[in-house]
Amino acid sequence: MRLEVTLITGRSLAQGTAREAEKTKPEYVKAAAICELDPADLKKLGVDDGAPVRVRTEYGSVVVYATASTQAPHLGIAFIPLGPWANQVIRSDTDKIGTPSFKGVHAEIEPAQGETVEDAVKLLSKTIKGK
Amino acid sequence: MATKVVSDAVCTYCGCLCDDIEVLVQDGKIVDVRHACILGTSRFFDYLRPERMVKPLIRVDGELKETSIDEAVKKAAEILAKAERPLLYGWSMAGCEAHQVGIELAEEIGAVIDDTTSVCHGPSVIALQEVGISTCTLGEVKNRADLVIYWGSNPMQAHPRHMSRYTVYPRGFFRERGWRDRVLVVIDVRKTDTAKLATRFLQVEPNGDYELISALRLAVNGNKIPEKVAGVPREEIEKLAEIMKSCHFGAIFFGLGVTSSAGKNRNIDNVLSLVRDLGAYTKFVIFPMRGHYNVTGFGQVLTWETGFPFAVDFSRNYPRYNPGETTAVDVLLREEADAALIVASDPAAHFPRKAVEHLAKIPVITIEPFRSLTTQYATVAIPSAITGIEVEGTAYRMDHVPLRLHKVVEPPEGRLPDREILKMILEHVRALKTGAGQA
Repeated sequence: MRLEVTLITGRSLAQGTAREAEKTKPEYVKAAAICELDPADLKKLGVDDGAPVRVRTEYGSVVVYATASTQAPHLGIAFIPLGPWANQVIRSDTDKIGTPSFKGVHAEIEPAQGETVEDAVKLLSKTIKGK
Repeated sequence: MATKVVSDAVCTYCGCLCDDIEVLVQDGKIVDVRHACILGTSRFFDYLRPERMVKPLIRVDGELKETSIDEAVKKAAEILAKAERPLLYGWSMAGCEAHQVGIELAEEIGAVIDDTTSVCHGPSVIALQEVGISTCTLGEVKNRADLVIYWGSNPMQAHPRHMSRYTVYPRGFFRERGWRDRVLVVIDVRKTDTAKLATRFLQVEPNGDYELISALRLAVNGNKIPEKVAGVPREEIEKLAEIMKSCHFGAIFFGLGVTSSAGKNRNIDNVLSLVRDLGAYTKFVIFPMRGHYNVTGFGQVLTWETGFPFAVDFSRNYPRYNPGETTAVDVLLREEADAALIVASDPAAHFPRKAVEHLAKIPVITIEPFRSLTTQYATVAIPSAITGIEVEGTAYRMDHVPLRLHKVVEPPEGRLPDREILKMILEHVRALKTGAGQA
């Protein structure tokens, strides 16, 4: 099953408290490596709350945990908190004004059973070659 | 045990800059924080976290190794003095005093200097330069507003005390019964925690804000509108237009839901114009919900120093401002920057992957209290003291009110304020330049 959604990103309390100093810790994964879906969309996709899913856009793809949204209803909208996971798939084009599109990006979501959700450090070192 | 209560601490987390925080300090350590929200409390306890950097780090043979502050400053100055297109980025979690030195350094080395505005409310700043803004202080909102609208903003998650301190819930001079005297409207693509508290909730389609703002303007000005606009039925739009026109004092607070969706600065042009239209009927004001505690302050300092609010390029020896060209993400996407100084920010966590790819290739200097995701790409990483907790400073609240940040505890040994580190780098850069001139 593949679900077509509009992807938005933004702040959440959990991402906000992990933001300051715990980016290398598992808490950050729990807070920001998630994709909040409307419970009905989660059912449509056929995955349990907390199961890994792959989010794919024109700009990249990333594996995160699907979770039932507490900010529902929002059928057809997926929310990934700000952070390196979201930044793999948002639209980087700045439309000549300097700001990438962190919201309103077309995305496809599919179950990713057996795939690993990487922590922030691993995710970055996998996708970006360091010094 | 020596116990003291710091009763006028200022929270340096979000743009609310709550200045009523009480911090209980026992034997030089923070043991309790009162009045702050969960985000603010986490900020005050941050200084104890193990990710706190102890010593400056420098990259030797691919590994980050501990070094002295003098060596780290020297290396940083060499990188910056040599660079042809340096980028100085971050600033929104630092005090205005650090901003001032940073801008001086940018001028000295012909750098591009930009802050987190360019990935956040940059479109709002561009729009308000074009349209102008009807605004006031948050104190005015608290005392006068009888209509509060959050649009594409979820303060319950991002600015948890905004509603209780400044807008919906407090008792005000003309709003003695607090929330009973006010109407709360939320416009969002999701039924957020904030929306659940609203008297009226309009669920707009993603990327539909421009259409909805236009429809509201039409309705406010007495024109006909289609049956449904951006997923919102005509009756709801007309009802909101009527509420807006008939209130005594209305305030719109907009977030990245409006600035970061399709249309970007044009959405903000339109919503600022809606507020201007409403001025013909009643008193109406509008605010961007600024995120980091001193992102507003950087805009202030940069504007009084250079005339421009963000994204300033000194490469031609005079300040030039052209968002889309002189903005941090663009300088990285075009692979122009050949060195970067990151102060109090973590672009590796918050920039699009493609921009981080270039950042990872060039020499990066970080000045930051913690090991961040950007630190893993750093050539030089210098730990700093935390402004507003360990050192004093100045910051601007989201409504442009400057507040003095107080010191609550002593900084750990060897951790200098970011402004001092920047001054040392600037002096070294100047010495290198003079030396080169003589040779």
